[in-house]
Amino acid sequence: MTMSRHATIPELEPTMSEHAPSSGLPRLLEGVPAQGAMTLQAHLDTHGELPSARRRDQRGATALIDQIEQAGLGGRGGAAFPTAKKMRTVAAGRGKPIVVVNATEGEPASLKDRTLLETLPHLVLDGAALAARAIGADEAILCVCESAGVGLEHSARAISERERLPGRWPRIVLSTAPEGYVVGHESALVSHLNGGAPKPTFSPPMPFERGVRRRPTLVNNAETLAHVALIARHGPRWFRELGLSDQPGSTLVTLTGPLSYPGVYEVEYGASLSSLLDAAGGTTSRVRAALFGGYAGTWVDGGALPSLALSNAHLAPHGASLGAGVVLLLSEDACPVAETARVTRWLAGQSAGQCGPCVHGLDTLAATFEQVCGGAAPSHATARVEQLAALVRRRGACSHPDGTARFAMSAVDVFSEEFADHARHGACDACARQSELPLPARTRIATAA
Amino acid sequence: MSERLRLNPIACEAHGMCAELLPERISLDEWGYPILDERPLSPDLVSHAQRAAQACPTFALLVERERSRG
Repeated sequence: MTMSRHATIPELEPTMSEHAPSSGLPRLLEGVPAQGAMTLQAHLDTHGELPSARRRDQRGATALIDQIEQAGLGGRGGAAFPTAKKMRTVAAGRGKPIVVVNATEGEPASLKDRTLLETLPHLVLDGAALAARAIGADEAILCVCESAGVGLEHSARAISERERLPGRWPRIVLSTAPEGYVVGHESALVSHLNGGAPKPTFSPPMPFERGVRRRPTLVNNAETLAHVALIARHGPRWFRELGLSDQPGSTLVTLTGPLSYPGVYEVEYGASLSSLLDAAGGTTSRVRAALFGGYAGTWVDGGALPSLALSNAHLAPHGASLGAGVVLLLSEDACPVAETARVTRWLAGQSAGQCGPCVHGLDTLAATFEQVCGGAAPSHATARVEQLAALVRRRGACSHPDGTARFAMSAVDVFSEEFADHARHGACDACARQSELPLPARTRIATAA
Repeated sequence: MSERLRLNPIACEAHGMCAELLPERISLDEWGYPILDERPLSPDLVSHAQRAAQACPTFALLVERERSRG
């Protein structure tokens, strides 16, 4: 089985031991400590020295971009944009470039970046330093959500530990960002780091053209840079030993739902969903559907899950993608209509409040779902949802309305029976049950311990 | 070289002037925000589009030269 599990958060349990040694996994999660963060020394013992500490010439640095390109690394923040292409664009920009490590992870159903910072911060910091050097930047800003607690603490400690590293490395500074779903959008992060509101901006200029301090800015997700740290050490061929030709390597997946061991897992692209569920100790109740990619993502009906594999190519026929690696199972005990209404209301509340169609459209969308849930919806409610989704798509400065529209449309599609039932008979018994889909209020309580 | 309409949705405050001045390409949604037809503007519409852009109180409507793709 090609899979490795990291303990759930916040209660760090021992990692599962039974992964086949031949599987090539874990990679990122190799030696992940059961408690606390891996120290710099343990990190170097596990993964080896930083490669360009040995060859410091500039050619060695830019060669990393070629290696990343050959590895076929795609961004892990959700959009899967080719990392090397982004790096080249920033490196070719006007002025001294700068790196921003996006570890804000505003997606409530994602815990992978936080897990990396809490347990393996040096992987992320290696990647940040290597990427900065490769594009000719002298500084990388690690941007973490202000509510990250342990993640922040461990990041700060890890950054100070790195003063002991031999050689000259680009400076890494820690910066916090406020909580919020749209804060992690590149332009919002850049605006925040420039002293402005943490809200998406109208582009151009794009961050890669003119971003933090008006410099060409490379914004990379934390996990993306963790992979860079390993590609720099082992090369592109090694990276491609796992995964698929069009989506190579491994990925972190945050798996949530009715499972014995929900948590953050490292899987190879193309692994079967059922092998992941097995690694999580199996499901504890029947699964109605799975949401892929988080709350800007897409539902896939439970019936399609047994044959499903974890890659964008396998998910594409279902209109879904892995996004930032979120797999959320909804049990048959839950009411999908109530869950959809609750999450859509939350998404509406996460609008930055800047663009009219987003402000009004998402609010109306949430209200429509609430009416359906209460049985007070007009008969054409589903058509109304479709109309609203079309009205908000591509009409914001960022993709928040588009993501919400996707989530809403896929809910109406996959849960069509439940929606029809609510339209006819009003609230169901399951409506009143405790909700399953995680939203930040609950996450925050859980991580406060 | 052709021109297209583009909207800065952050700046737009739904005054609706643009839809009055360029109904051929701009309609308003149920909240009063413009819905643009973003296909290239035909030559006879360019001056009307520019007038609509100038009339926007928040300068949210833009007439953009299509950027050459390389």
